Amino acid sequence: MVATTLRAASANAAGLAIDFQTVSHQYDLDGQPLPVLRQIDLNVGPGEFIALLGPSGCGKSTLLRLAAGLERPTTGDVLEDGTSIASPDPSRVLVFQDPTLFPWRTVRDNVAIGPEARGVLAGSQKRIDDALRLVKLEAFASAFPHQLSGGMAQRAALARALVNDPHLLLLDEPLGRLDSLTRLTMQEEILSLWRHAGYTVILVTHDVEEALLLSQRVIILSERPARIKSEVVVDLPYPRRRDDPRIVAQRQTILEFLGFSA
Amino acid sequence: MTSAAVDKDAGRKSVSSAFARPVWKHGLYAAAAWLLAAIVTAAFPDVVPWGSRDVFVGLLLGGGAVLAGLAFSVEKLGGLGRGLIHYGPWLIALGLWFALWELITAKLGWMPKPFFSPPHGLLHVYIVDWQRILICIAYTARLWTIGFFSGIIIGFTGGVALGWSKTFAYWGMPVLRLIGPVPASAWIPATFFLFPTTFQASLFLVALASGIPVAILTASGVNSVNRAFYDVARTLGANNRYLVLRVAIPAALPHVFIGLFMGLYYSFAVLVVAEMLGAKYGLGWYLQFQTAYSAYANVYAMLIIMALLCSGLVKLLFVIRDRLLGWQKGVVQW
Ligand SMILES: Nc1ncnc2c1ncn2[C@@H]1O[C@H](COP(=O)(O)OP(=O)(O)O)[C@@H](O)[C@H]1O
Ligand SMILES: [Mg+2]
Repeated sequence: MVATTLRAASANAAGLAIDFQTVSHQYDLDGQPLPVLRQIDLNVGPGEFIALLGPSGCGKSTLLRLAAGLERPTTGDVLEDGTSIASPDPSRVLVFQDPTLFPWRTVRDNVAIGPEARGVLAGSQKRIDDALRLVKLEAFASAFPHQLSGGMAQRAALARALVNDPHLLLLDEPLGRLDSLTRLTMQEEILSLWRHAGYTVILVTHDVEEALLLSQRVIILSERPARIKSEVVVDLPYPRRRDDPRIVAQRQTILEFLGFSA
Repeated sequence: MTSAAVDKDAGRKSVSSAFARPVWKHGLYAAAAWLLAAIVTAAFPDVVPWGSRDVFVGLLLGGGAVLAGLAFSVEKLGGLGRGLIHYGPWLIALGLWFALWELITAKLGWMPKPFFSPPHGLLHVYIVDWQRILICIAYTARLWTIGFFSGIIIGFTGGVALGWSKTFAYWGMPVLRLIGPVPASAWIPATFFLFPTTFQASLFLVALASGIPVAILTASGVNSVNRAFYDVARTLGANNRYLVLRVAIPAALPHVFIGLFMGLYYSFAVLVVAEMLGAKYGLGWYLQFQTAYSAYANVYAMLIIMALLCSGLVKLLFVIRDRLLGWQKGVVQW
């Protein structure tokens, strides 16, 4: 499997511990403060896979931006392995909600951005090819982003993140645009990559089932300004089946937390 | 394009059925038209002699003979042949136009000397005055090349700085907005006074005319880069240098090219005016000088050269843009 070859180069990639310490965050919206996160306390252990669920616009992407170091929290602190996160770093890679591929670069050159920016392009050719194969885009390596479907673009964005051998992978609804079959394959790939490489994953999703199939812990956020409403530990072995009665039961619990009582 | 292709196909089919071999019909018509022009030029005397008539007749006959030969061999020429076939109707029109032009100028005198010139009058200018014309082209080329390239280099660098740095933008943008809309030719009196030589003054004007649009459009291009691109690059480990060189500049390039096209046109405009005012040689000077002597044939001959040079440069810029911005196809309609 391709996942194995990509992992081979990253044999000792360990996961980061991420610690949100009473984090509150607000944006400035036309001079008005817009509170987005309220008193978030969240510990993610090294190598843990957690999922964030919450209503749209509640602040999930913001939480990921804080962990990536793209923003500094208004109050509180975000720590990686005990030290405060001050700036972005390729060890913490964010896969954005929009693929945001650079339209002037081919798919392969997009995947190569990380190694190029860090000045290790020459030694990364094989990893880039592996990453492309992993997301099944090797035939589109020299295509431009406007020639890709939405799902292919999202897969290219995933390859662009994975090629950097991250210790923390922040996934912002990365499978939202994929057709259901590709989605299943990608879920399996994300899972097997995580289980082999051992990095920490924070996955934002709007799909309760996806959260339950992939993560060890599901964090449920409230309406904006988001606070942690509840937390569901999914203590089940992988691979999981969606018709597993325990999954079905937990799905029901989470939907009730989110305000749907079916 | 399509209609020409259809014409060509139709022509080939009907002829090939008659001759059992593909003949380029337009090529034959063009050869006939050029022969007609040669006959008109040679058979009737000029109202006032212009010189170089026999050379022109020779060229027309030679061109006609080549076209007649091509009519049977154009298919074998590949890409060049396809280009010729596409412009077949133009070649016919050109022959007819030469004949008509000869008639109304040299032969009938309806459009008299010195204000108008037959085609062989223009040819005569090239034959007699080619040395001076080449010197003028060289002078203008030197002025334009130094002026345009220093202008766009400064404009581009300044534009990137203005678009990237808030401090630069704070001090630079108001100045650029104030000066930018002033036509470069308005600076002519002041620059001829401010600079020690006319050449330097002209250089400044050409650089100004080409640099300002490039600066404005580069700045706005860098400014309007999708912020998410920077976020992506930063999470992947990019430093500021990478963000400018590999994100901001490529993303702004479509804007930069609009600025380059504007700068190119403005540079031609101010170049010719500046040369008319104080230069010793150059295309603008030549036009001015020959007009003063009522040598209008020389003026027309030079205008043709300028048209070819300027459109050639515009075409070149299009080719460069298509090379660099091929990725835009499908993103933007153009
Ligand atoms: N840069 C910004 N400036 C102002 N408001 C923002 C900014 N980014 C996000 N917001 C606002 O913050 C809220 C939370 O956004 P986001 O974290 O993207 O939510 P989610 O990902 O949960 O849908 C939204 O109301 C959004 O409009
Ligand atoms: Mg979001």
